[in-house]
Amino acid sequence: MPDAPDADTEPRLAPPPGVPNPLLLIAELTYRCPLHCPYCSNPTDIGAGKYQDELPGEDWQRVFREAADLGVLQLALTGGEPMARKEIVDLVTTSTENGLYSTLVTSALPFPRRRVEALHAAGLDHVQISFQHSDPALADEIGGTIAFDRKVKAAALAKELDFPLTVNVVLHRRNIDDVESIIRMAEELGARRLELANTQYHGWATLNREALMPTRAQLERGEEIVLRERERLGPKLEILWVLPDYYEEVPKPCMGGWAHDAVLVQPNGDVLPCQAAASIPGLVIENVREKSLAEIWFESESFNKFRGTEWMQEPCRSCPINRQHEDFGGCRCQALALTGDAAATDPVCQFSPHHEVVVSARREADEPEPAEALPFVYRDLVKS
Amino acid sequence: MALEFTRPTLATGVRLRHDKVRDQHVLLFPEGALVLNETATRVLELCDGERTLDDIAGVLSERYEGADVKDDVAELLAGIGERGLVVDADA
Repeated sequence: MPDAPDADTEPRLAPPPGVPNPLLLIAELTYRCPLHCPYCSNPTDIGAGKYQDELPGEDWQRVFREAADLGVLQLALTGGEPMARKEIVDLVTTSTENGLYSTLVTSALPFPRRRVEALHAAGLDHVQISFQHSDPALADEIGGTIAFDRKVKAAALAKELDFPLTVNVVLHRRNIDDVESIIRMAEELGARRLELANTQYHGWATLNREALMPTRAQLERGEEIVLRERERLGPKLEILWVLPDYYEEVPKPCMGGWAHDAVLVQPNGDVLPCQAAASIPGLVIENVREKSLAEIWFESESFNKFRGTEWMQEPCRSCPINRQHEDFGGCRCQALALTGDAAATDPVCQFSPHHEVVVSARREADEPEPAEALPFVYRDLVKS
Repeated sequence: MALEFTRPTLATGVRLRHDKVRDQHVLLFPEGALVLNETATRVLELCDGERTLDDIAGVLSERYEGADVKDDVAELLAGIGERGLVVDADA
């Protein structure tokens, strides 16, 4: 068929060959949050003025429509605390209208009944509630605020409304020994999924690495318990164990590869391939107030910078185990943080010339415990 | 032992939809998606918690010129059921 010029239809971007459409939109609706978790993956400058200029609800709704047109199937409504946005119910309505599968990633502070019922009526698909520990006092200490009992009540409300419930617990030195009681807690809460996410050292976690990083023995015990409990629970409670990559010899395919599966929008409308990408110097960051999500996804310099494998240096370029198409060289932000070069091989990799940085962090973690746990630097909007 | 269903239905929080961008059917669930082939799509569309396994096999059999598909349907549902995505409405 010959090309028929059609002035009425918007020009459609022809996706460059080999560039997949995104599957997941991570919508960081705000960086306001009642918790102060020392491993928060948000940037350490969340108090910066630019993030206070939050994208209005109607812009978010447009972004959700653009995301659906771009092939996004899953929407994570997160933050900060997404319930802090007064438009949250309208946002869920738009998500539902566009066929997106919506997850509310919440601290459950606040989680008021009427609002949650409205979210249910608007078609919210899935609720994920964070817990910091199974012990109330330790949980509140880690989160930096009194929260545990309210989270338990929120989980009960989510169950009552028949939401599928995921409990998320970030694991580290101060709670990994209690994995068994954490699993029992998730079971009692009626969760369908439990995400045991070993801390990834991005954002606030990098400031707290020594206080957070578990010993190898702690990790091995934790993993043993997870395997045993999976056996006991079967499909009743799915337990995810997110590997701690400092203890791996090959890197993770961070985000499934740079600009491969996921697109993240920050509270001010900045668009990134991952939570930490704003830390990469010289990366030109686009904003949904100025460009469509499709333009940014397919054409921006930032999304194309580390896409695929062409940008790679050695040893990734001629990877000795030919794994570069699987792990995409690991995490760009971790490479930057540990080597000063965002295009370097992630030092978690055994072939990285900087692998020693990771090995020495492991050694430090394995040194005898100090009598007192190291103090945390708590996530805070004001101090950042 | 393989899961057996009487009146299968999608579990709470599991949705079947057409992905227009990739022109395929997908099963969506908490933080995951499963791409379905045509047969799996037809079977899951019929899992409404009312129809029995025999009903579903019957409908499909008509579509496939009388072939006996009951074992295939049971096997497919057992596989998806193991992931907690299909449950029995009678359970």
